[in-house]
Amino acid sequence: MSAGAKAPLSAGARAQRRLGWALCAPAVVVILAVTGYPIGYAVYLSLQRYDLRFPGDSKFIGLANYGTALTSSLWWQALAVTAIITVISVAIQFVLGMALALVMHRALIGRGLVRTVILIPYGIVTVVAAFGWRYAWTPDTGYLSGLFGDATPLTSQVWGIAVIILAEVWKTTPFMALLLLAGLALVPEELLRAAKVDGATAWQRLTRIMLPLMKPAILVAVLFRVLDSFRIFDSIYVLTAGAYDTRSVSILGYDNLFTALNLGVGSSLSVLIFLVVALVAFIFVKGFGAAAPGGEDR
Amino acid sequence: MADIVLDHVTKRYADGQLAVDDASLSIADGEFVILVGPSGCGKSTTLNMIAGLEDISSGELRIGGAVVNDLAPKDRDIAMVFQSYALYPHMSVRRNMGFALELAKRPKSEINQKVEEAARVLDLTEHLDRRPAQLSGGQRQRVAMGRAIVRSPKAFLMDEPLSNLDAKLRVQMRTEVSRLQNRLGTTTVYVTHDQTEAMTLGDRVAVLRSGRIQQVGTPTELYGRPATVFVAGFIGSPAMNFVPATVEEGELRTPLGTISPDDRQRRLLEGWSGGAAGRRELIVGARPEHFEDAALESVTGRPGLRFTVPVDVLERLGSDSYAYFTLDGGRASIADLDELAHDAGTVDLASGAEQIVARLDAASRIREGENAELWLDTTQLHLFDPDTGHNLACKTDHCDGTAGDGLNTSGEG
Amino acid sequence: MATIATTPDAPGGSSGAGAGGRTIRARGPQRDRNAMLGWTAANLLIIAVSLVPLLWLVSLSFKAPASITDGHFIPRHWTLENYRGIFRESLFTRALLNSLGIALISTVLAVILGSMAAYAIARLDFPGKRVLIGLTLLIAMFPQVSLVSPLFNLWRQIGIFDTWIGLIIPYLTFSLPLAIYTLSAFFREIPWDLEKAAQVDGATPAQAFLRVIAPLAAPGMVTTAILVFIFCWNDFLFSISLTSTESSRTVPAAIAFFTGASQFAQPIGSIAAAAVVITIPIIIFVLLFQRRIVAGLTSGAVKG
Repeated sequence: MSAGAKAPLSAGARAQRRLGWALCAPAVVVILAVTGYPIGYAVYLSLQRYDLRFPGDSKFIGLANYGTALTSSLWWQALAVTAIITVISVAIQFVLGMALALVMHRALIGRGLVRTVILIPYGIVTVVAAFGWRYAWTPDTGYLSGLFGDATPLTSQVWGIAVIILAEVWKTTPFMALLLLAGLALVPEELLRAAKVDGATAWQRLTRIMLPLMKPAILVAVLFRVLDSFRIFDSIYVLTAGAYDTRSVSILGYDNLFTALNLGVGSSLSVLIFLVVALVAFIFVKGFGAAAPGGEDR
Repeated sequence: MADIVLDHVTKRYADGQLAVDDASLSIADGEFVILVGPSGCGKSTTLNMIAGLEDISSGELRIGGAVVNDLAPKDRDIAMVFQSYALYPHMSVRRNMGFALELAKRPKSEINQKVEEAARVLDLTEHLDRRPAQLSGGQRQRVAMGRAIVRSPKAFLMDEPLSNLDAKLRVQMRTEVSRLQNRLGTTTVYVTHDQTEAMTLGDRVAVLRSGRIQQVGTPTELYGRPATVFVAGFIGSPAMNFVPATVEEGELRTPLGTISPDDRQRRLLEGWSGGAAGRRELIVGARPEHFEDAALESVTGRPGLRFTVPVDVLERLGSDSYAYFTLDGGRASIADLDELAHDAGTVDLASGAEQIVARLDAASRIREGENAELWLDTTQLHLFDPDTGHNLACKTDHCDGTAGDGLNTSGEG
Repeated sequence: MATIATTPDAPGGSSGAGAGGRTIRARGPQRDRNAMLGWTAANLLIIAVSLVPLLWLVSLSFKAPASITDGHFIPRHWTLENYRGIFRESLFTRALLNSLGIALISTVLAVILGSMAAYAIARLDFPGKRVLIGLTLLIAMFPQVSLVSPLFNLWRQIGIFDTWIGLIIPYLTFSLPLAIYTLSAFFREIPWDLEKAAQVDGATPAQAFLRVIAPLAAPGMVTTAILVFIFCWNDFLFSISLTSTESSRTVPAAIAFFTGASQFAQPIGSIAAAAVVITIPIIIFVLLFQRRIVAGLTSGAVKG
């Protein structure tokens, strides 16, 4: 056993490194150019007084923009609305998605048909789907407008949020269902038969066998949906445009830029939203042990 | 065609793990050499280094006299058969077999001729235009072989090529591989974890454990004169039995009874310093076929150890019978045996008592659950140093040259 | 034996095993029929819920302006006027061209860059790989609205505000994580032995990739392309934020501007017709590549 303990990298390993970096470089550059730099720029802007209406009046003002944002009831309301939409819609998506996944997994007939059809809501442009719902509830025009008497759902906060959640659930339950279906495929059929022989009812088989085994798939699916719901923008823009106190944080950030034209405050909102999302992701990964997809390649 | 020489070859991964530790082995032109050992012993890594699929951390690899350490696989002129066969699923059998020649830009007519000839030898002619997915496991295996022989390379490297076949086909293909290698006379390195395959196929067998070559020799040498407890326990089925022994007053005290050593064994014991701690304890190994039913005429009057044990299980195979019994008095304990038990998956089954298996003549009248008197041919016993695992015979009178090579190289470390 | 054969709480426990067997057999076909009916009902419900909002838009798009507020699900008078209308407007036709061009270019680039990175992640060992995986994951979760303000400012400064490239770059960024996950899952499924075999057969790394790996990864690339296209096609936030004129505004944003055109008489028919038009390519993809899309959506998420 001669030296060799701290052998320098062999030619092959060095070539592999170089190739690995070379292949990843373009993707990394694009990703960093559009996220790393701008988010840094956003942090910088958020520390400035920067109003597009008065561009000459820019100057460094420290954390004042954050103060403005955090003391504004608009921010807290938008955060609350976003949280409500996220929690309720993901909860409904999970229950419906699970049911849908079970149907696709177990159905005696029409599995392929169902799988094809549920991809349509997934594929439809969110804005288009939102228009579909908007005109469904528009008084006189829509087929659903008479459902609750003379109510005009899109002109009140509670009903507005309800319709937003409906649109969100309709659009993204299929995605949840497909992720859960893939998780279901990981539950060995034999285990379910064994549980049946052991005397477990269908409900017990679901809660005691399937769900625990599907936990990794469920956590990934829920994490994806939570973070995606948190960014909700398109449907609200079309359905209520944020009126009647139905603004999400994304709508608020957008409004601050394009309606109020205040880049400083808008940027501080951007940073705050980013921090909230990072916090939620952190809680999921650390608290529930959600595996990062693709993260465990070994 | 060419010889292959591994000269103090070591493979250490980036994480510091030592996969192959200072392996030296020289394979003659046209020789069929088997690398055998439990999973993780470094045999596949060794093969991949010969193929050029893995880098060599230190040492030298020569094919046909030329150092090839830094050559890419494509420049080494070797062919490989993979455990998974690695057939290209998007190409027909014909294109799979001809792919290497195609890459080498050989003329079409030559490729066709060679592919068809190989297909004839391997009985694949009617499948040439099919895709691998349309073939049975055995046919795919033959295509993988065909892909290797079409090229007439310097050497064949085979990585567990038969382990994906069912038992019956595996035996059939084993003779097929043997016949093919004889006919082509191409240097072949063959990796397997199956000691039966190793014993039946190879001109010479190298036994590996934890990245080290334990012993290199012909199948007969490995079986008859194993250099270490590990080799002794790995080669042979059912495996050799091991019992602890102490040397007292020139006799071997074992759980089987007291054994008086013969002249050869006495010489070994005298030449043995008594282990690192100066203890007079050692491990005695006995192959199952060296036991016999003491009641049989064939052994009456022959010298040896006679003892009575309760037979737990008796398996009658027709041609002979296996008697299983347990012995009190502790087990032979050494890392080699732990590793073997681990490899066999019996590590949890090992209790305080040693289970012994004896192969008896079919004529034996012994019955399960009763006491039986057995006879052991004590002249055939192997004596091992419990600290190093080495066969005492290999230290004093050089049990065989190749074993010495293997031990010496590892001894230098 | 009898106690084993009969469960303790079986109704009519006195009946023998034979009788029990007969009743079960007799109930068999009836049960099957019920199960079939149940599954059919469940399927129909799912299909109806999935399709109704879309069919409603189709219905609106064929209604004459006068009857658009009649609330009927099926139009009484069918007309193509809405479709003729939007195709006469450059607001829509130009947006359609933008949408197609931007989405296609982004898709091609994302698949190429994504394949390179995914191949490296799936097959090569190099320092920084884990960081890269973490980075892509971070991007997948990134709140896009956080980037709108800085990009809006930045794009105006470097002069790519309201251009195709100004949209292609963020689309590429946000579709790359998706592309890398999906593709690396596909690359990982290609047995490593095939690549080794190609090397031993005398292929250079480039030949091994082009002649063995690429053909086998083609289905994965198609899948990824579809997913990325759907993602780009769907975007609304970047399109309304980073464009200001017809020259690069995509259809979802353009549709939103239909409404802005007139506050009181909303062009519902035109919006519905435009919506139907941009939904058609998606429906075609879904019908043609259902299996691929499902495989792609689930591969990255569950493999982990």
